[in-house]
Amino acid sequence: MSSTEHNSLAPVEDGTRLPVANPGLGEHVERYTDADPAAARRAYLQVLTLFGLVPVLAIAFVVVYFAVPQHLWVPLLGTQWPLNSLLLGLTGGLAVLFIGLGAVHWARQLMSDHEMVEQRHPASSDTATREAFAEKVHAGVMDAGVSRRGMLLGSLGGALGILAVPALVSLADMGPWPTAAVRRETIEKTLWTEGEVVVNDVNARPLRPEDLEIGQLVNAEPASLFDLHGVDYMTEKAKSPLIVVRMDPNRIQIPESRRDWQVGGILAYSKICTHVGCPITLWEQQTHHVLCPCHQSTFDLGNSGVVVFGPAARSLPQLPLRVNADGYLVAQSDFTVPVGPSFFERDSHNDYVEGDQ
Amino acid sequence: MRPPRTRRRHRAARPAALVLALILFGSLYAAFVPSTQVAADTGMSGQVAEGKALYQVTCSSCHGLNGEGTSQGPTLVGVGAAAVDFQMSTGRMPMARPGMQAPSRVNTYTAEEIAAISAYVASLGPGPAVPNSSQYDYSTLTEEEIARGGEMFRTNCSACHQAAGVGGALPNGKYAPPLTGVEPLHIYEAMRTGPQQMPVFSEGAIPDEDVAAIIGYLKTMEEQPTLGFTLGGFGPVTEGLAVWVVGIGGLCLVAVWIASRGALKR
Amino acid sequence: MARPADVVPTPAAPEPRDTTGASAAPPQRTMPRGTTWLDERMGLAKIGKAGLRKVFPDHWSFLLGEIALYSFIVLLITGIFLTIWFRPSMAEIEYTGTYELMRGRHVSEAFASALDISFDVRGGLLVRQIHHWAALLFVAAITAHMLRVFFTGAFRKPREINWLIGVGLMATSLIAGFSGYSLPDDLLSGTGLRFVDGLIRSIPVVGTWLEFFVFGGQFPGELLISRLYMVHILLVPAVILGLISAHLALVVYHKHTQFPGPGRTEANVVGYPLFPVYMAKAGGFFFIVFGALILMAATMSINQVWLYGPYNPAAVTAGSQPDWYMGWLEGALRLIPPGWESHWGNTTWTWSVFLPGVGLMGLLFTVLALWPFVEAKLLGDTSEHHLLDRPRNAPTRTALGVAGMTCYGMFWLNGANDIIATQFNVSLNAVTMSIRVLVFVMPVIAFFVTKRICLSLQRADRERVLHGSESGVLVRDPAGGYAEGHAPISQGEAFTLTQHKQYEPLEASETEDEHGVRRRDPNAVSGFTARMSRWFVGDDVRKPTAAELEEAHHHEDASDDDMPRQLV
Repeated sequence: MSSTEHNSLAPVEDGTRLPVANPGLGEHVERYTDADPAAARRAYLQVLTLFGLVPVLAIAFVVVYFAVPQHLWVPLLGTQWPLNSLLLGLTGGLAVLFIGLGAVHWARQLMSDHEMVEQRHPASSDTATREAFAEKVHAGVMDAGVSRRGMLLGSLGGALGILAVPALVSLADMGPWPTAAVRRETIEKTLWTEGEVVVNDVNARPLRPEDLEIGQLVNAEPASLFDLHGVDYMTEKAKSPLIVVRMDPNRIQIPESRRDWQVGGILAYSKICTHVGCPITLWEQQTHHVLCPCHQSTFDLGNSGVVVFGPAARSLPQLPLRVNADGYLVAQSDFTVPVGPSFFERDSHNDYVEGDQ
Repeated sequence: MRPPRTRRRHRAARPAALVLALILFGSLYAAFVPSTQVAADTGMSGQVAEGKALYQVTCSSCHGLNGEGTSQGPTLVGVGAAAVDFQMSTGRMPMARPGMQAPSRVNTYTAEEIAAISAYVASLGPGPAVPNSSQYDYSTLTEEEIARGGEMFRTNCSACHQAAGVGGALPNGKYAPPLTGVEPLHIYEAMRTGPQQMPVFSEGAIPDEDVAAIIGYLKTMEEQPTLGFTLGGFGPVTEGLAVWVVGIGGLCLVAVWIASRGALKR
Repeated sequence: MARPADVVPTPAAPEPRDTTGASAAPPQRTMPRGTTWLDERMGLAKIGKAGLRKVFPDHWSFLLGEIALYSFIVLLITGIFLTIWFRPSMAEIEYTGTYELMRGRHVSEAFASALDISFDVRGGLLVRQIHHWAALLFVAAITAHMLRVFFTGAFRKPREINWLIGVGLMATSLIAGFSGYSLPDDLLSGTGLRFVDGLIRSIPVVGTWLEFFVFGGQFPGELLISRLYMVHILLVPAVILGLISAHLALVVYHKHTQFPGPGRTEANVVGYPLFPVYMAKAGGFFFIVFGALILMAATMSINQVWLYGPYNPAAVTAGSQPDWYMGWLEGALRLIPPGWESHWGNTTWTWSVFLPGVGLMGLLFTVLALWPFVEAKLLGDTSEHHLLDRPRNAPTRTALGVAGMTCYGMFWLNGANDIIATQFNVSLNAVTMSIRVLVFVMPVIAFFVTKRICLSLQRADRERVLHGSESGVLVRDPAGGYAEGHAPISQGEAFTLTQHKQYEPLEASETEDEHGVRRRDPNAVSGFTARMSRWFVGDDVRKPTAAELEEAHHHEDASDDDMPRQLV
């Protein structure tokens, strides 16, 4: 193969490859700055000016750093500008920029611009080098004795390979193992239980059915969430949030099995999207559709949360509601299916499918 | 450039002006709200009658002669004065042409005309009244309460209206409008009445002081500093556009300059 | 000009002249002051002799990779500044800093320190914004550089390994960017992590286990930010630094490619010396990139974490998007129609997340990694290439590249479908449903349009070489007819237009010998390869041969126009 021969880079000077001969580098044309000393002097002064501005800007940067109060805001062009940061950026940015512009200007106008030609060599080695290399490899192999004691390399490879096992095993404690029992207590469970009070998020107000108007949306949480702190709070908040909506019962479809899951058109759904788990609250009170702002999965809350658009594949889980003795909305139980995005071990036969009764 | 002001002075001036404006607005409406309640008691007052006449000219072709609704528009029975005030003061109603959603436009009706129609619609059935300014006044709230309003905003509002309040998309051509520069009164009315696709946020879940905190958060947020232009506030999409156009585009121009030779003699 | 005229010759040992030197009379010089000390310890003179006057060709597109390199240096510098204050902890604390709209709220330490950097550290916000803009520019420059390398064929032998290193750099830069995007623990970064959680879960069989291992339990847990911090400031930068070193070392070994032109051959490189011209140009460009990034950061706001607020799994903002380089995956996820999920037994297979999320990413990097080898196979090409292709001279490759970019662009557009919907007053659903079709249709259209444009340009080149350039001068012949005179082109231009190699489609080799026995020849060309080869180069317009040029020359001699002729 030609590429293995040394100096194969020389072009094939035949009529097919090069119908027009390479004329070689063209005549070198001088620049203004080469021909006109005044132009060269102008360029020289320009470069000096650019470099000379840098210390000025650097000093300005230091002055701004100490002299301009950090929390001084200046309204300018419709925004409140933090003056300190703005001036630091402008002085620092221009100082750095001018170094670059000066250097490039110098290179383009004042440094020699005679093109130079350097010869290339093929990436591959020449035949003599290859032979010498092969000889050294051979000598090394002989010295090591692997050709006579064939098991050596194989056993070394095996020994090195097996090290991957302890290396990987040492990572086995990166997290708890999601066995069936662990899953039941974690990703398949939320804070909702029989009698858990539905409260508005943030202000933790419990809700009476009569407080909710038709067309109302409440972003709700289980009351016990507000007893938690830190990681427990965040973890439960990633699973338990609800969207509670009130719709005109005559304008929605409620399957027979879910007739007693709602209170006078008040229905509660998981707020966690079944696609990848964004919280969804973009509820249109007239169409009863709720949209996820992340990937635009759209669910029909007037029809047991079935998917009407977008990438989600499963209905939003619905939480059975009732009213407790004090007249507040409470859960009848936990969700009947795991909330949030799908996972491999999830049994997805109990999710509501369009047409279920 | 205006002379730099400290944040303290700056913070004091704006709310004061707002409060002044709110009091003005509030007193204006205070003059009308009682009359709607009177109308409910004593039959049709002068204002209600005037409102009915205006209603029949401007609204009835879609909402029906008596507010019962048609195929073109929903019933107005029970929507309340606040709904009418919101829809008309922001120029959404009357709609110029039927569409997915009524856009906000310049309002061409006087406050009296809107108050009259509000009074008439309120007389059709009970609904949220136009609030007085004390219901959404946030000037008395502490910093912490307004910061908590921010959490309310991000939990209840930003999903549609975006974290910086620049608005967002809804299905099938509908959208959540921007909240920047919207009157506190209108934000309050919108939350209570649920205009168009927007859900209702009733007092039972979000009491007046929480609404005031949300409004206070929004209005304070508009005055927070940002280093540089916000590029519309849309987030990563416009930032990505900027890095390709300004960053790569600009630096490619520089690269063309760097790789070229100085001006030649001929 | 800048060179001093009066050189005093010194009686040092004669030194072999650099073969690339331009001027005459080798002067004898002593080592510059201070360099002897280094030379005695590390052989500086040897290194300098080999490298100081190394030649680099000049072309603006060769600087795209430099933008990426310099952005990375800026990232290291600003990143060090940020680590001085950033606290990678998810522990819940009460915010007590300057930003009044968050005061008293319970936030993570990471978020609180991001606010501190933004409001309480002098220049902190500026540095944060420089860092984020530099990150966006880093990935953008890598992408642009990669496209340049692809369309000019710079990935061909002997540079395939460097192409693979580049693909690795691209992949690592995505991890670097995404892990950084997630660190401030604001609403947007938390939403991004929520997506990653869903993505990991979607992996069949091991997804849930990976999720629990990555997050240290259920989402979000309390470990992820500190783990990502390690990835972001140690693991990934170390890998990137290693890959960049290898990338640059190979550039030095191979010497830079160059565009064809007079005096440029496969066996040389024509340009300017590293010292001083490229030191000034490339060094200056670093400062220009850095300065531009500082000015961008001072005038364009980016990632205002205080508006997004702390991460809250029950809150979200409209316009939740990742940074631009993940936008195409976001768009792909948004594109999927409902119901892409299988429920087999007690298991759930989430194709709607797995295919666009994991699958597309894998597909992109697999195709990129394999391309140099596929192309060499289709061309039967085993020679080294140092002269770049003009994109028109590889019509099918160029068309494939544009088709790929179009496909990427469609996904990308859909990643911003909500912004498009609100800004252009169109329906969100209509945008998505259109792109569901366009993502398949547009690349096909782009392929054929690009290929036709390339072939037309090749044809125009051929005409130009054979008949010269259209002069715009109409000549009337004695018989009354009119013809446009053609002005001959220079030999240099004619050479540039004809120097490329004309590839012939591979012919399928005989797979059976005369006895009907299948041959085992590793260089055999299968029927499939031959068909693909024909598809790949079969349509190329043939460049003029020497004979055709000669003929055109005589033809024009014979004709009776009076245009000057000097061609060839």
